[in-house]
Amino acid sequence: MNKLILTSALALCAGMAFAESHGVVRLGTEGAYPPYNFINDAGEVAGFEREFGDELCKRAELTCEWVTNEWDSIIPNLQSGNYDVIIAGMSITEEREEVIDFSMGYLPPATSAYLAMSADVDVATGTVSAQTATIQAGYIAESGATLVEYATPEETVAAVKNGEADAVFADKDFLAPIAAESNGELVLLAAEVALGGGVGLGFRDSDDDLRAKFDAAIQSMKCDGTLDAMIVREEYFGAAALVWGDAGKTGC
Amino acid sequence: MFQACADPKAIEGLTWAACYLTSGKHLDFYSSFLTVLLLLAVTAPAALALGFGGATAARSHVTPIRIFGKIYISMVRGVPDIIYFLFFVIALDQGIEYLKHLAVCPPGSPSPWQGLEFRVCAEAKVPLSSSAAGWHEAYGFSLAAVTFAIVFGAFAANVLFGAMQAVPRPQLETGEAYGMSRGQVFWRILVPQMWTYALPGLSNLWLILIKATPLLFLLGVEDIVYYARELGGSKTRVYEYPHGDWRLYYFLGLLVFYLAMTRLSEIVLDRLSTRLSYGQATAAGEAMRRAGS
Repeated sequence: MNKLILTSALALCAGMAFAESHGVVRLGTEGAYPPYNFINDAGEVAGFEREFGDELCKRAELTCEWVTNEWDSIIPNLQSGNYDVIIAGMSITEEREEVIDFSMGYLPPATSAYLAMSADVDVATGTVSAQTATIQAGYIAESGATLVEYATPEETVAAVKNGEADAVFADKDFLAPIAAESNGELVLLAAEVALGGGVGLGFRDSDDDLRAKFDAAIQSMKCDGTLDAMIVREEYFGAAALVWGDAGKTGC
Repeated sequence: MFQACADPKAIEGLTWAACYLTSGKHLDFYSSFLTVLLLLAVTAPAALALGFGGATAARSHVTPIRIFGKIYISMVRGVPDIIYFLFFVIALDQGIEYLKHLAVCPPGSPSPWQGLEFRVCAEAKVPLSSSAAGWHEAYGFSLAAVTFAIVFGAFAANVLFGAMQAVPRPQLETGEAYGMSRGQVFWRILVPQMWTYALPGLSNLWLILIKATPLLFLLGVEDIVYYARELGGSKTRVYEYPHGDWRLYYFLGLLVFYLAMTRLSEIVLDRLSTRLSYGQATAAGEAMRRAGS
């Protein structure tokens, strides 16, 4: 028991010393949206954003720790200080800009697509499922189709399979592997929509210093081409993915 | 975990199943059952203690204490559980950090409530942002356990209050006639007899508590429901063990777990009820006396 108290006291002191230099940055992610972020079979956060986030922390010389949080409450919990950065495939939009600050984009504006049981579904008037509080849900709400919202990406796809929705609307990079592995049961529709202003990291409005550090790290990854190389890796977004190219190298 | 599992995509059949069921995430799933049992083990006695305190306060001869007891019981009972859970965990968390903010932040720090943000200085975070992940989990779990205890404590208080009222008044008067003090009557006459009246209500609460544990998931603690949903969801080839939508089977597993818990509780509660009725001036106690004689 004494030993326990001693070690926790030591840990506390060490913790305080770290906190003063703002040593540990907590990265909040959803962990349910492959290939952006997911929990792998070992129970750890994995995916593009895991590797990207770890690289950013290395470049910014920060110690980072991963935290998972439901998508629904990911912005409120950032504001109440449960973690310091949102890194969850979050598109930069004006509505979100009003409540949090974004870093520069690290993924170009994503292409959204529909996934349905057959290719002749009419998405303009049918029922379309999307995840709550995403740009895709906002788009469907204004498109005239009937929107059904679900808390997790998994449930939006399940809704199509069990017939509650005619199609699911989400990032194409999330839907493509699902379509490819469904043995023809699910197909991507030809209609594609580009939404949002790119994917960025989310910060509290008051955390400008931290945001500047991450911005510098993202810029350096764009400049030396490591970011583009990471995006087109086969296990993440594949060779056909949009990359920054020379546009990302302005100001290097 | 095992040597054979090094390349999950090359194995099949039973080996695949064995490897799948022992993956790191499944081990987390199994240990989350312990989280639920730990919550029950912590919350049940804590709620009973709070309930006992609340019931005693509500019967107190001192007016402010009585009012406090009554307010506690009726307020918590009157608010929907889920609202209470969502509200109280945030309020408790911010309250703790605010107190620590007053104590350790440098003087002149701005108020933590800044518009939409709640922001205390780095030293006042609970737990510190540099603490190991285990501390964050333990803190989240403690907040949940305290909230559960307060909510179920209010219900237990009402049950115990009723049980205390149900003890026949002549029993207490007899004690008083023997010259016992108020405290002696309470501890030696009232409390030993009230349990038999309280047990049906308390056993109800215990079963409701078992069934309420999935609310942990709502409070951000990764419990069995979280893992069942997470593991059961269909997995593409980015995962080591791709499979279809297996949520039904996982939830079926949870169903069996909860039913087993309920059955076990019923057996234990039945025995307890028999034991508590023994020698009591109740119908059940009287029946036992007759059967015995």
